Order: sequence, then structure tokens, then C-alpha cells
Amino acid sequence: MTTGPQPVAALELRDLEVAYEHRGRPRVRAVAGASLTVERGQIVGLVGESGCGKSSLARAAVGLLEPTAGSVRFEGGEVTPLTRRARSRELARLQMVFQNPYSSLNPRRKVGSQLADALTVLARVPRSGRRGRLAELLELVGLPATAAGRYPHEFSGGQRQRIAIARTLAADPSVLVLDEPLASLDASAQAQIANLLVNLSRELELSLLLISHDLAIVRHVADTVCVMYLGVMVETAPTRPLWDLPLHPYTEALIGAVPHADGAGFLPEALPGEVPDPARPPSGCRFHPRCPYAFERCPREEPALLRVVEGRSAACWLQTPEAPPARPADQAGRLATEGRLE
Amino acid sequence: MSALLDVSRLRVRLPTGAGFATIVDGVDYTVERGEVFGVAGESGSGKTVSMLALLGLLPPGAVVEGSASFDGRDLLRLPRRDLRRVSGRDVGMVFQDPLTSLHPMLSVGRQLTEHVRRHLGLDRHRAARRAVELLEQVRIPDPEGAQHAFPHQFSGGMRQRIAIAVALACGPRLLIADEPTTALDVTVQAGILRLLDRLRRENELSVVLISHDLGVLSSIADRLSIFYAGRVVESGRREGVLQRPRHPYTRALLDALPHPEAGDTPLIAIAGSPPSVGSRPSGCSFHPRCPYAVAVCTADDPPLVPVDDRRLACHVDPFVA
Repeated sequence: MTTGPQPVAALELRDLEVAYEHRGRPRVRAVAGASLTVERGQIVGLVGESGCGKSSLARAAVGLLEPTAGSVRFEGGEVTPLTRRARSRELARLQMVFQNPYSSLNPRRKVGSQLADALTVLARVPRSGRRGRLAELLELVGLPATAAGRYPHEFSGGQRQRIAIARTLAADPSVLVLDEPLASLDASAQAQIANLLVNLSRELELSLLLISHDLAIVRHVADTVCVMYLGVMVETAPTRPLWDLPLHPYTEALIGAVPHADGAGFLPEALPGEVPDPARPPSGCRFHPRCPYAFERCPREEPALLRVVEGRSAACWLQTPEAPPARPADQAGRLATEGRLE
Repeated sequence: MSALLDVSRLRVRLPTGAGFATIVDGVDYTVERGEVFGVAGESGSGKTVSMLALLGLLPPGAVVEGSASFDGRDLLRLPRRDLRRVSGRDVGMVFQDPLTSLHPMLSVGRQLTEHVRRHLGLDRHRAARRAVELLEQVRIPDPEGAQHAFPHQFSGGMRQRIAIAVALACGPRLLIADEPTTALDVTVQAGILRLLDRLRRENELSVVLISHDLGVLSSIADRLSIFYAGRVVESGRREGVLQRPRHPYTRALLDALPHPEAGDTPLIAIAGSPPSVGSRPSGCSFHPRCPYAVAVCTADDPPLVPVDDRRLACHVDPFVA
């Protein structure tokens, strides 16, 4: 998938912590020590419920927020938080797409002029070549060149998200961080944009960090999935094995809650309780109050995200040898010893 | 026994800057007693407007034609006062965003008792008891304490449960739920779907569930109608419509969904986008996006007619068994 011998990851978050402080209120660690790696050309999905810290992580990943601890490295170099000073040219190749294309585009400027901003500022393309580059950018996202002369309100939600993506492509990025880019779209537009992202990633060798609450769509798009719960990563795995056999009870609950449009009348499983207040996270494993498999150790000690088998990690005491046998951990242990878990 | 709600030839036109726009263009459906009736379609397909029209909740200047017989009475012809009594007591509504449907400055208890005191004439104590009962019914922990709390003190899922409790306060026979789980996480969505399913069984409640998510409808709807550009293109029992879709649009919607059991195949997107309200294509509204369209589709709008186990509006019917 990658070109040449490049040992450096496209984007690497190490023990990232983002905390918010307000006078008179407890400190909230929205991201409480999370690590994640996006290899070159890879699509990594980050899933979790609202309030789990996904968006804070995304903002810290592109330098919109200053992490309180940990590091963000983009192609090996440190990502420094955005300031009034211009960003280095290199950092402009790390771009972000937001959830709502209605608010991320300027309603009073024509699409072409908004797309040209990046071309003007970065001046990678000579002035004479800009018109051609604009048409190229629009074509990349499946819009006609005439779109440049129109205003954002003349487009549907899906088309606007295409424009927002084209605008980030103008900066010639190597990594895109996308925060819920599909959430406000209808099913047909959602499928179009999901396919577009996969194609762009393949064609332009773009690395994507796709943040979504919708595990079902992430499954179709991502190579690897990271599952986040209350500020920490609880499981990381290649997409297919994760879906077939989740190792963390939270991942299992997320998958079980996805409704199927097969007409069978299957009621998805509800996960009891709610995501706790991040200002007062539960002791030990943060998921233990909602976990159907919790045992004595879970409320006492916090499990680390450890490798279970090659390519798969989980932060769960059930994955340790002394854990009482319970699903889904016992399956994992058994399958691992039988060598059926890849 | 006749259906609880029988909507026939419903047409809604809303005033716009440039004359009237037809939002709902001749829609028929029935809702039986105790069933969950699903209404599916993309944004702008007229799902929500067709429900608001029944309760007289459209902006001034809206023109509503057709009939909507609720328990034998035509809602579209009721005097305003009578309609308000029916819509307050016999019909409950739940919207997508509970933060906008609940009053931010009134306690949960106050919002629950307001209805029952007004419509059922309960005194303060009996109304308070009813409020606790309702909160228990929607599984709010500590219902006594919750009465004195305000909406912002609850999570999104709990707020939607409270909004459902408010809608159920007067013991309605019909609950209209418009995208009730769209703003919620899947884990919380599953809880709300289970709640709706239990309520309809325990209370013999009919539910109209409006959703763009066929997965949601597949979980609890008994029958469903697929809306496209202000019309119903296919309707029938859940199993039939979702397992053997006959309309090209229904088929395309299902193909566009991420499928939990599918392999690594790319999603099959529907080409183009839905028509905007002012510029509906001639003939069948779906023909410009339809891979099966023939000449007649561009000229004549197909009527919704009974075909086998369902009703279908398609000239071609390419998936006939």
C-alpha cells in the first residue's frame, strides 16, 4: 500500500491527553491518554459514543487544540498548536474536514473562490495554473467545473460535503482528519461520500482518520478501527476481525446495537446505562459499570491497551490469563491458542 | 374493525417566495390499531410535513387537501378547538431533538402534569402521581427526584425518554415519532426502540415511526411506506418491502446501506440527488436516477396500485418475482 521504505507513520498520537478546565468546576479529561497510529495510505476509523472524546482527539490531532499531555506527530514532525503565526508549509498537508458542510463553507463566497484560498496562500501552483487546478479539484470529488461559479446554498448536503473535501485537497494533503463527515447526510449521499473517500485515499495515497459514531459505515470504509470509550482506547484491530470477533465487551455492545435493514424484525441490543460524566470517571476500568462481564478486578485497576494477538489490542482484564471465563474473552483466548484468530 | 388512521389523497402545498410548492403530492396510507407503521424516505421527501398536516401544525398559508380519518373523524375538517383536543389527548408527538420539544425552564414534573391537568382534569396530587408513573414507564431512574429536575440535567437518551413520557401523558391512541433516535448513539437508540416496542404492546398504542434509517424501521415497524419526492412509491409489510423490494428506489436505498454481513464490497450509491421541491421531474419523480426507466416513466406519473402483497408505483416493476 505504501511507496518506498517509509518507516515513519503518517500520523501518530502518543498518550494524548486533552483536559478542559473551567473555574469552579472539576477538570475534565476528555481525552485521557489515548494512542493511535495512521500508517501511510491507511484509513483508520475511530468510533465511540458521543462524549467519548472523539472530537477533542480530532482537534488535537490537527493542532486546533493544545493537548495537555502526550504528543502528535505528523510524518515524524511534531504538530504544534495553531497560533496567529502562519503554519509551516509542511503542516498544511495535514487537513481536517468537519461534520457540517453548511457551517464550514462561507455562504457568501462562490465555491471557486473558497477553493482557491489554499492555492493562493500556499502558492504551490503558479497563478496561471490555478483555474485548471480548480477544475481538477472539483473533478476529483465528482463535481462539474461549472460548480466553481456557484454558491454553497445551490448544492445539496452531499455536494457541499464534496466541496468541503475539495477545499482540503487544494492544500495537497497527505493526511485528512474527518470528524463525522457522513453524519448529517441521507443514506444515498452517505454512500456516495463514503465511496469517494475510499477512492481518494487509494488514488492520492491519502491517509484518513475517519471519526464516526456509526460503526456500520466505518466497517465499509476503514482498514483499521479504533474504539474509544470515555477518553481512552479500548480496542484496536483490523476492521474485519474486529467485526467478526470483538475482544472488548464495549465493542461487542456497539456492534450488537447496530440495527439491520433485513426486514427480520430484529431488535438491537441496548447497552444499559449511559456514558459517565468524564469529570468523574468510574474507578478501574472505565467501562465496568456497564459491562456485563465485569469481575472483582475491573473496578479496582485500570487495564492498559495491550496486544492480544498480532495486530489486535484490547484494554480489558478479561484478556488476562487469570480472568474468569466469559464471553467474548474466552473465545478470543481459545481461538488464539488454536491459531484461528488473525 | 376499521383502521385507526386512514389518510387518503393527502396533498400539502406550502407558500414560498415564488408561489406554492407541492410538498406532499397525493399520499395514501392507513395505520391499524396497535401497529407500528414506518414512514421512510430521504430528507425533503415530505414525511414530516405529511404528519404535521394532520395535526394542523403547518405554518399559516399552507393548503391541505384530501382526508385523514382518525377513529371515524376527519382531522382535516375538524374545527380548530376540537382538533386541539384530539391532538392533545389522543395523539402524542415525539420529535428528533428533545431539547427543542422540552421546555428548558420548566421542571420535568411540570411538563408532565400540564397535559394531564388540562386534558384529563386531574388535580395536583393525582397529576403528580401520574407523572411518577409515566417516568417509571419510560424507565427513568429515580422518577420522584427526576420530577424536580430540568431537561438540561439529563443525557440525550434520557431526554428523549422524558419527551416520550410527555407524549404519553394523556394516554394517546396514536404516537407519532419523527426521527426519534436520529440524534442518539446506536447504543441509546436501541434502548429507545425497545421502549417504543414495549409501549405499543403494553398500551395497545399505534405508532407512526418516521425515519430515514431503514435499519431502525426494520427493527420494529410492522408495515412501512417508502416516500420519494412527496409521494409513496412502495408500501407493504416489513418483510416483503425490505426482503423483496419491488420499487427501484427502495432497492437502491437498501443497496446504499452499509450491510453488517456484507463483505468488503463498496457501497452502491444512488446516482444524483433527490429533486428539490420546486423542480420535480415530469412523470415518475425517480426516473432521472432510475437505471430501469423507460419512455413512459418520463411522461406519466405511475399511480400507487395494489400488486401482489403490497402497493407499488412503478411502470416497469423490474423485480417482479
